[in-house]
Amino acid sequence: MAYIKIRQEKVDKKTVEELKEICPFDAFDYIDAYLSINAACKMCKLCVQKGPEGVCELIEGTPASIDKGAYRGIAVFIETRNDTIHPVGWELIGKARELVADTTNPVHALIIGPSTARAAELALAYGVDKVTAYEHEDYRYHDLERITDIVADFCKRTRLNVLLIGGTPYGRSLAPRIAARLKTGLTADCTKLEMTDEGDLVQIRPAFGGNIMARIVTPAHRPQLATIRHKMFNAPAPATPFGVIDRLSEAAGKQRDRVRLVSTRVRPQVDDIADAETIIALGRAFKKKKDLALVEPLRKALSAELACTRPLIENGWFDARRQIGLSGRTVKPKLLVNIGISGAVQYIEGIRDAECILTVNTDPECALASISHHTIVGDLYDVLPTLNDHLKKNGRVPS
Amino acid sequence: MKILTCIKQVPASSNVDVDPETGVLIRDGKNVKMNPYDLYALETAYLLKARSGAHVHTVTMGPPSAADVLREALMMGSDGATLLSDPRFAGADVLATAYALSQMLRRIGFDLIICGKQTTDGDTAQVGPEIAEFLDVPHVSYVRDVDLRDDKTLRIRTVDDRHEDVLDIKLPCLITVDKDANTPRLPSFKRKRSTRDIRIETWTLDDLSDKEATHYGLRGSPTQVESIFPPERQATGRIHSNLENPGKTLFDILVEQKWLRGD
Ligand SMILES: Cc1cc2nc3c(=O)[nH]c(=O)nc-3n(C[C@H](O)[C@H](O)[C@H](O)COP(=O)(O)OP(=O)(O)OC[C@H]3O[C@@H](n4cnc5c(N)ncnc54)[C@H](O)[C@@H]3O)c2cc1C
Ligand SMILES: Cc1cc2nc3c(=O)[nH]c(=O)nc-3n(C[C@H](O)[C@H](O)[C@H](O)COP(=O)(O)OP(=O)(O)OC[C@H]3O[C@@H](n4cnc5c(N)ncnc54)[C@H](O)[C@@H]3O)c2cc1C
Ligand code: SF4
Repeated sequence: MAYIKIRQEKVDKKTVEELKEICPFDAFDYIDAYLSINAACKMCKLCVQKGPEGVCELIEGTPASIDKGAYRGIAVFIETRNDTIHPVGWELIGKARELVADTTNPVHALIIGPSTARAAELALAYGVDKVTAYEHEDYRYHDLERITDIVADFCKRTRLNVLLIGGTPYGRSLAPRIAARLKTGLTADCTKLEMTDEGDLVQIRPAFGGNIMARIVTPAHRPQLATIRHKMFNAPAPATPFGVIDRLSEAAGKQRDRVRLVSTRVRPQVDDIADAETIIALGRAFKKKKDLALVEPLRKALSAELACTRPLIENGWFDARRQIGLSGRTVKPKLLVNIGISGAVQYIEGIRDAECILTVNTDPECALASISHHTIVGDLYDVLPTLNDHLKKNGRVPS
Repeated sequence: MKILTCIKQVPASSNVDVDPETGVLIRDGKNVKMNPYDLYALETAYLLKARSGAHVHTVTMGPPSAADVLREALMMGSDGATLLSDPRFAGADVLATAYALSQMLRRIGFDLIICGKQTTDGDTAQVGPEIAEFLDVPHVSYVRDVDLRDDKTLRIRTVDDRHEDVLDIKLPCLITVDKDANTPRLPSFKRKRSTRDIRIETWTLDDLSDKEATHYGLRGSPTQVESIFPPERQATGRIHSNLENPGKTLFDILVEQKWLRGD
């Protein structure tokens, strides 16, 4: 496989400086007039492409070759716990269908648990060619090691090409175990997937807190594993099933009993801003608690959830679950309206996935302005009353 | 009890940008710091240490400069630290990182391994569970509370969107700690002095039991980052200033973008 060779004879102070400037990962060490690349290198190849001519050279080794044609199909892991089935699985089935379109590759659903019938029926309706249901009363949700045994065995037995797993807390904990067992690659939180003719999965994912996107491939290992967050892709409309169910009821995998559930509590789903599609967030610019009522007409008109920055939690004006940011919630609404918020880094960390951001602030240079789609420069004590008049005039809120 | 904590050095700011012309990553400053999520992992270890007298040893894999974050951990409460550093680890993805770390952790020996929930650069949250698999020990991710139930078992609380679970996990095992599980302490000046003489050893590939270089670094990595580019959105921003009637402008935008019906 490839590595980067440094032509020491071409190295001088200037080239070292240039390379250090280019390398995003601080991978160059220049010690005793010898330039070397340390363990921080991520093989992004920027030093080769953008660096001073001829200093860094990419030496392509012979890539370990595998017979890519021998691996077929995409399987989607369906996460079930007691009677609940996580809907991200249906979204991934939809994506898998798109990826295998125009090929003869099958889409599988993989279900493991004490009762699988309902999930299996649903998976068929969402359009899989085959459901493999491992059903046994001894299968425990929290026994990731046993689940790994079963999934790994399935992948080997079917010579699977791609395994997609929902990027839920559970999926993000299980998937790496499977990847390490199979000694294969796993790409986290993909936002875009494509398939080449050879069956290589091209995986696009954000890193550095969403500031950059990386295009990642797993060229010489199978299966290729990826996790994808809930609501990244759309679930297909359920249709007349055409697939088959393979139910395996013999106990598979090894029972180890190293993790045991002692007790569990289902958390009430009320008021979760993390899932809200429309959010109005309020900041320190509100002088008094009663001023918060100024946003009520807009909240009603948009059917929005209210959220806030940390100072308002500290004032005791809101339940702590309504705080957005690093020490609060991460939100991903389609529309976020910020009113009187500056955009501290800790706040911005929580709103990266908002699709459309509108901001009202007296300061055109507030940090939020640089990431907002529209910034209205104005005083909220002027903006909101006027807005409310317009909302009322247009019959958007009951007067 | 012997606790090993894994920490990583990451860029101090995740405010990176990609120059759209050249494709070069622009970071503001070249500074590095400890992955902030690892602070909760360290604090979890120190709390257990205070309760049960555990020995806390901290490790990292990275360039020689990563010794700085180990020094910081010593100043916070770790009893010892080891750096794993070798140019042959360059280009490691999660699999190769977790494999190298697992080799090191096994050799040091442990009852409990504690990792952060994720990092702020690679951001995969995968390293912990992969280490557990390589070491053939159970793991639980996103842990909020942990306590020793008896000398063979940990009692753990985890919280996700839907459930709050209490679990018992057998030692030896690995946990990854959720953010806000506790309030991390700061490095202390007193500890800075008292730990000054602790030597941070550096291990290389030659110190690991599997010495086959192709199992590490880029060659041991199934995934390859083909390219890095800026996210599509951004830069569509408009700042509406010096408005006669900003409230009306906001209303118009909401209507124009179909968030509201105008009528
Ligand atoms: C470890 C740590 C974690 C943190 N976590 C979080 C977190 O999770 N979430 C969070 O929110 N914060 C968090 N913070 C706090 C954060 O640093 C900021 O202090 C906070 O976000 C600021 O809130 P703000 O924008 O409402 O207030 P300010 O920064 O005070 O901003 C107020 C804004 O309102 C504008 N303004 C003033 N008057 C008006 C007016 N009449 N009309 C319109 N605009 C006006 C001002 O121009 C200003 O931009 C954290 C801090 C630390 C240290
Ligand atoms: C843009 C980009 C995208 C990437 N995407 C992927 C990908 O999808 N799949 C993939 O396999 N690799 C990927 N990588 C490579 C990956 O970031 C590195 O392999 C890294 O070494 C480990 O991953 P992480 O930073 O995500 O750690 P995480 O898994 O997020 O870290 C979790 C915890 O593991 C521990 N830990 C992690 N790294 C170390 C370390 N070096 N020393 C000690 N403890 C540590 C810490 O406790 C940390 O809190 C990517 C790299 C880049 C630059
Ligand atoms: S390949 Fe990328 S990370 Fe490695 S040395 Fe070159 S610029 Fe730095």
